[in-house]
Parts: sequence; C-alpha cells; structure tokens
Amino acid sequence: MTEGSGEPQGGAPVKQAPEAVAPAQLRVQRATLSSRIGLAVGVAVVVVLALGPLWALDSVLRTLISFLTLLALAQMWNLLAGYAGLVSIGQQAYVGLGAYALLLFADTLGLPLLVSVLVAGVVGTLVALPTALLAFRLRGGYFAIGTWVIAEVYRLVITNVSQLGGGSGLTLRAASAFDRTTRLFLTYELALAVGVGAVAVTYLLLRRRLGLALTAVRDSEQSAQSLGVPVFRAKLVAYLVAAFGCSLAGAVIYLNLLRVQPEAAFSVNWTAFMIFIVLIGGVGTIEGPIIGTIVFFVLQETLSGYGAWYLVLLGAVAVLVTLLARRGLWGLVADRTGWSLFPVQRRLEER
Amino acid sequence: MPLLEVDRLASFYGDFQALFDVTLAVDEGETVAVIGANGAGKSTLLRTVAGLQDRATGTVAFDGRPLDGVPTHRRLGLGIAMVPEGRRIFPSLTVEENLKVGVVRGRPGRWDLASVLELFGALADKRGRPGSLLSGGEQQMLAIGRALMANPRLLLLDEVSLGLAPLVVRRIYETLPEICGAGATVVVVEQDVGQALAGADRVYCLLEGRVALHGRPADLTREQITDAYFGLGGPGGSSLAPRSNP
Amino acid sequence: MTWVNVVTQGILLGGLYALFATGLSLMFGVMRLVNLAHGDLSIVAAFLALAIVDGTGLNPLWTLLVVVPAMAGLGYLLQRGLLNFALRGDDPLPPVLVTFGLSIILQNLLLEVFSADSQGLDAGRVENASVRLSDGLAVGWFPLLTLVTAVAVLTGLQLLLSRTQLGRSFRATSDDPEAASLVGLDHRHVFAMATAIALATVAVAGLFLGVRTTFTPSIGPTRLIFAFEAVIIGGLGSIWGTLAGGLVLGVAQALGAQFSPGWGVLAGHLVFLAVLAFRPTGLLGRKVPA
Repeated sequence: MTEGSGEPQGGAPVKQAPEAVAPAQLRVQRATLSSRIGLAVGVAVVVVLALGPLWALDSVLRTLISFLTLLALAQMWNLLAGYAGLVSIGQQAYVGLGAYALLLFADTLGLPLLVSVLVAGVVGTLVALPTALLAFRLRGGYFAIGTWVIAEVYRLVITNVSQLGGGSGLTLRAASAFDRTTRLFLTYELALAVGVGAVAVTYLLLRRRLGLALTAVRDSEQSAQSLGVPVFRAKLVAYLVAAFGCSLAGAVIYLNLLRVQPEAAFSVNWTAFMIFIVLIGGVGTIEGPIIGTIVFFVLQETLSGYGAWYLVLLGAVAVLVTLLARRGLWGLVADRTGWSLFPVQRRLEER
Repeated sequence: MPLLEVDRLASFYGDFQALFDVTLAVDEGETVAVIGANGAGKSTLLRTVAGLQDRATGTVAFDGRPLDGVPTHRRLGLGIAMVPEGRRIFPSLTVEENLKVGVVRGRPGRWDLASVLELFGALADKRGRPGSLLSGGEQQMLAIGRALMANPRLLLLDEVSLGLAPLVVRRIYETLPEICGAGATVVVVEQDVGQALAGADRVYCLLEGRVALHGRPADLTREQITDAYFGLGGPGGSSLAPRSNP
Repeated sequence: MTWVNVVTQGILLGGLYALFATGLSLMFGVMRLVNLAHGDLSIVAAFLALAIVDGTGLNPLWTLLVVVPAMAGLGYLLQRGLLNFALRGDDPLPPVLVTFGLSIILQNLLLEVFSADSQGLDAGRVENASVRLSDGLAVGWFPLLTLVTAVAVLTGLQLLLSRTQLGRSFRATSDDPEAASLVGLDHRHVFAMATAIALATVAVAGLFLGVRTTFTPSIGPTRLIFAFEAVIIGGLGSIWGTLAGGLVLGVAQALGAQFSPGWGVLAGHLVFLAVLAFRPTGLLGRKVPA
C-alpha cells in the first residue's frame, strides 16, 4: 500500500472472541441411525443369502451368482471412478485375466479350485502394477481409452497363445471333479463372498485415511497434491484393489460359465454394464451400485427380447443420468431422506 | 443518465458471497477508480459487470438497459470490454493475432490494428511474437489493446499495475488520457491508491464487499481514504462498524 | 524389396489412420474432449454413404458431397445439443460417460437398422488400380489417394488454424475460454464448429475405410483405438504429429503382420505402449497427455 501507515487509530474497541467449545465436549461421529439399521438389515440379508443352498432353487442361485459378481465389478468400477477419479473402460482386462488365471492354475497346474480363484485375484493385481504405471501417464478421456487399449493388448496376446485355447477358448475341466450340485453351491458361496467382500472392502477402505485422500484427489488433484496428500499412492492403491476385485469376480464368473473365450472374457461390455449400474445407482456412493445392479437385472429380464434396442436404451439412460441425475437413484433418495447406509463421512457432534 | 448503473449488487462464488449491496454509477466520459484491500471485492465487481459471475442479485444496467441474462460474449458487442486481472492474453497467439481475435463483435471507431500498435509502440516491433514470449508490461499493453480493438464505450481495467515495475505502470497510465480522449468511459480497479487517485474523476473504496467511501479525490482526505481502505473507526469516516483486524 | 513393399503399404495404411486421428485431435485440442464415439461416427458416415449408393447407384466417392456436409451438420448439432452440456464444470466423468453412452447407442442403432452383416462400398475400378513406382514396387491407387487426402486435410486444417478468424477462435478458446468470452467469442459456437470440422474429417475417413475394406456396425471402437494411438504416438498439440503418428502406426502394423497375421494390430499396440512408457510427449508433441 502506498498511502497511510496501516496503524489502527486509537479508541477502536476490540470485539470479544466467541465462546469456544472445549475439545472434550466434541467427538467425531460416523454412524447414523439409518446406517445402524442398515447394518443390522445387511447382516441379516447376508446370513439369509449364505444359507441360500438350503432354501433356493438352482435357477435362483444362478441368478444370484450373476448378481453378486456383477455387484462386485460395479463396486470396483465405482471405487475407481467415483472415488479416485479414474474413469477406466478397461476393467474387462482383469475379468479376462482372472478367468484365464483360473484356467491356468486349476486346469494346467492342478491347484484346488478355491486356491485357484484366490491366486487368480493375485495374478490380476500383479499385472495391474506395471499397467498402472503406464496408464497413469494419461489423464481423463485419454486415460480411459488407454485402459481399453491395454485390455485389448491382453486379449490379443492370449488369443495368440494356442496353449490357452487361442481364439476359440478353453473349457474349465477342473470343476468336473465335483458333481453339479456341489459345484453350484461352491460357486454360489464364492460369489457371495466376492460380492459381499467387494462392498465390505470398499467401505472399510474408504473409512480410513485412504478414503479421505481419494475424496480429495477426486475433488481436486492439484490442491490435494499441494496439501501433501499422496496422490499417486492413493490412486495406485485404488487401482490395485479394483484389479484384485475384478480378477476375483472374473474367476468366479467363469467358474460358473465354464467356457472361456477371449472375445467374451475381455469384452468391453463388462465395463459397459459396470458403468451403467454405477451411473443408475449413483456414482461415488457405496449404496449406489447395489441399487444399480438390482435395476440392471430387472431391466435385463424385462427387455432381453428386444435385441439391440435394449443396449440403445442402456446407452441413452447412461447419457441422461450423467447429464440430469448426476447422483443416480441413491443420490435422489439420500438427498430427500438423508439416509446413509454406508456412511463414510465424518461429522462433529457434541457429547 | 449514467452509462453504468449498479444497484444493490450481491455477487457470489458458489456459496461464498463476495459483494453485499453495492451501488454505484459511472457517467459517460468519466474515469472512475475502484480501490480497496485484497479481497474487498473489486475484481468481483468488474467481473459481474462483464458477466463472468455465475450468481449475482441486484441490477447492472448499461446505457439504461439491464444486463440480466446477457451472456459475457455478447456484452462486447454492446460496448463493454474488460481487461482481466492477470492480463490473460492468449499465449499461443501472436501479438497481431491477439489483437485481431477480438474484432469478432467489435464496433466501428478509432481503434484498429494500426492505431493500437501506434498507441503501444513497444508492441509494434513484436507483431509476430507469440504472447507467451512477451514481458509482463508488454502483455498488459497487449491486453488493453485487445480490449480497445472492439472500440468499447466502457472499458474495465482490472489491476493493470499488478506485478509490473513502477516505470512500466506509469507508461501504461500515460496512455489512459488518450484512451479516454477517444471517447471511452473507464473504470479502473487499482491496488496502487496513488496512481488511482491521480487519474480518476471519482473514486469508490470497497471494503469486504461493500462500498465504504466514494467521492471526488479532491474532496476526500487521506485520513478518510485510509479509514475506508482498512476499515477503521473514527469520526467522519467509514460507514462500517470498527473491526479488530483489517 | 519385400520390406520396402511392406513399409510402403504401412505408410499408405498410416494415411488412413492419420485421417481418423485428425478429428479426435482437433476436438481434444479445442475443448479437451475425448470423443469416445469418434470411431462409431465414422461408421455412421460409411453407412450413410452405403444408403445413398443403394438408393442412387452412384460411385461411393460422389457421396462425399452429401455425407461430409451432413456429418458436419450433425457434429454441430451434437456439440450444441449434447456435448456442450457434458463439458460444463471440471468433472472429468461426464464427457467420458456421455460419449461412451453415445458410442453404445450408435453401434446398436446401426445394428438394428442395418443388421450385423459385413458391408462394403464398391468404388469400381479405382479400388484395384495400381500405380507402378519402380521395379517390384506397385502401390494401390486408392491407398495412395487416401494418403494424399490425409495430407491435404491436415494441410487445410493447419491453414485454417493459422490464417482464419475461426482458427484464431479455436486457439484462443483452447488457451483460455473465459478470456475468449471477454473478447466476444461464444464458446458454445466455437466448440460446435470444431466438432463440425472433426466430424467432416471423420466422414471422409469412414468413407475411405468403407471402400478399402468391409465394415460392420461394431468396428467403430477399433477405429477409435487406432486414432487414439496415432495421436499419442505423434504427440499431442501437433498437427503434423498426427500424420507422423498415423504413419508410424501403419508401418508398425504392417511389419507386425509380416511376422504373423494375428500380430499386426498387436504390434501397433506395443509401439503405442512403448511410446507411452519412454516418450510420453510423443514424436512431435509439445505436451504430456494430461
């Protein structure tokens, strides 16, 4: 300033500071009434589902397997896009990798099925590490296509390896060690574990510091970086977790379907479904993908007779939801009711 | 009728309110200075007049016509041109291209490529140089020249002295009389109070989003201005309650 | 001599890729939008040409006169009616999701209207005619035309950007959209003009593709991937980089295919990944793809 000295003139009274609330009287609270109810209901639902083989028809179990694995995939895509800001259209890479890893370890190497499924998840994660290092050099839309290209690379490499069945694929033979019913029950329980696990892991991850870091990154990467948030590490962890989840889900999906073909296993439709589910249900919420998967299944059942028009509708809904109802169905519900079944936000409350 | 009339203007950045109940008027041909400390809302005021603010209540009227709902890019055609804070010339365009790009919606008048380059002689040799390679002072001149190309009736200058050496600032202000002489009404936002008072017909002082003082520089005492600038109490000064920290 | 032949074929193929990449690069340059429906839009153009050919019996190359302006108009409307809304704010999700959704819509609409059958555009003798460059080296007339067209289009775009008011508007809006509005540029219109031009180039690309090879409603995404790889290999922010990228990709694919038929496309992918790993700015680029 060029004029004046900046010194306060005499006689100006100083205002009193407001009463401060002593720290001991405040606490950080996360759970809400709705979340406590939701938790109780959720546990009950999981228990009922776990007992599925006792009360459900085979066909119902098969539908649930599809539902649970798709839910897992959707939660993983949501973790990436809704929380880490990484819009990937290449998650099908891990679905395919999981399937082929299962084939490799269960059939070729003769490991027990359960172990093979787990190892499939690990394999996906291991491949995801160098993949992330490459893909993270791109941002935004280019990152999206980059992940797609990488998925294509995996598909092409596998298609060109005849030991893995080449273009026509292979059938999982290790599963025939069990009789049909046992295999169904086993696959179902695995699917339940993967589905519930995906929701649980996402929720637990986001409750920790990683969750805060990711939210900061999603909101503004530059600001987060300038505040010392380990942006790269947070994104990498999210990407690896998502790879693990998608690979596990892929292994279970093909444990159910039995026949693995590269075009189907690495199809971008997997990602298209993930995107649709998360968009409809609500990006950036954990409850969203659950609702989205339900809606997706209902739509699939009712519209499957209409051929390609069904997909046109999916695409149109995705576009409309993105532009008009950014927060999806769960967003609409949460806005009105304030419910939060999987609360990751923290509030200050007085004791 | 004043060329620019601002009535009870409130302006927001998202949820944050930067201007509260601002009323001012600028007559045609005047040079009005808006001064105030950092964060007082000076730039916000200009931005609102230019149409860049997402949310604002109250009225801004230009030549009697309210500017509600007129998008920024159309205001140039009406005769309002702003030289934004930080220059913001187009780095990948050359000096000449920077000047030419603004004539999409210009009005006829004295200023064209030749006369602007004559006004800012330092730029004339650098016609083909990309904007990114200019010095701060040259960029400021280019930014003003760019605004002039549209022959505005109202020229809004936001902090033209920011980050520039005093000599350069003086040289820029030396061109103001010629700009005004050609018929432009100028509203200049300035941190450099001395410079602002020297060239202005009237001055407004903003404090935390409100008008704390206004009048002709000759009628205002240094004490009054300081008070209004820093928001201090005292007789015959600011209209606001005393604060412990400006 | 075979290797020279292979490289030449690769260069000619690269011309087509450069043509595909131009529109993608322009849209990203002006408005930071990666249009995931880019490839599908080229196939829309091919089918449009097919419909006209079926209706009139004209040589497909004549349909350019109708298809290119039609696609340009479609591009303008698409941008103003849909894509501009996806670009509001800084959120990276909406543009990707909207264009991805659009891609799905277009593919399946084409599927319903035209079926999944392989189609082709028959340009007659032009397709198979060849030009003899030297002993043992003959190039197809049509691939040569494609390369020449790509160079012409890129040159035209370069001139547009550097000499015209529209080009200045593109560059100014790309530099600083807010400052651009202060000088009277309506970004909604500027963006829409960019998309119009991008779709015009993609229409030419789609048509040439349809003549060169068969097409179905679902090959759009692969076209997008090749265009994208060409842009990255060549480097962002550079028009001639787009040409260079296309040529490198074409040559890589041609060489890979010599090795084994299934390896052509894969070789291109590997070159792309190598560029990403060791030289992210691309061959001629000025910016990192961020």
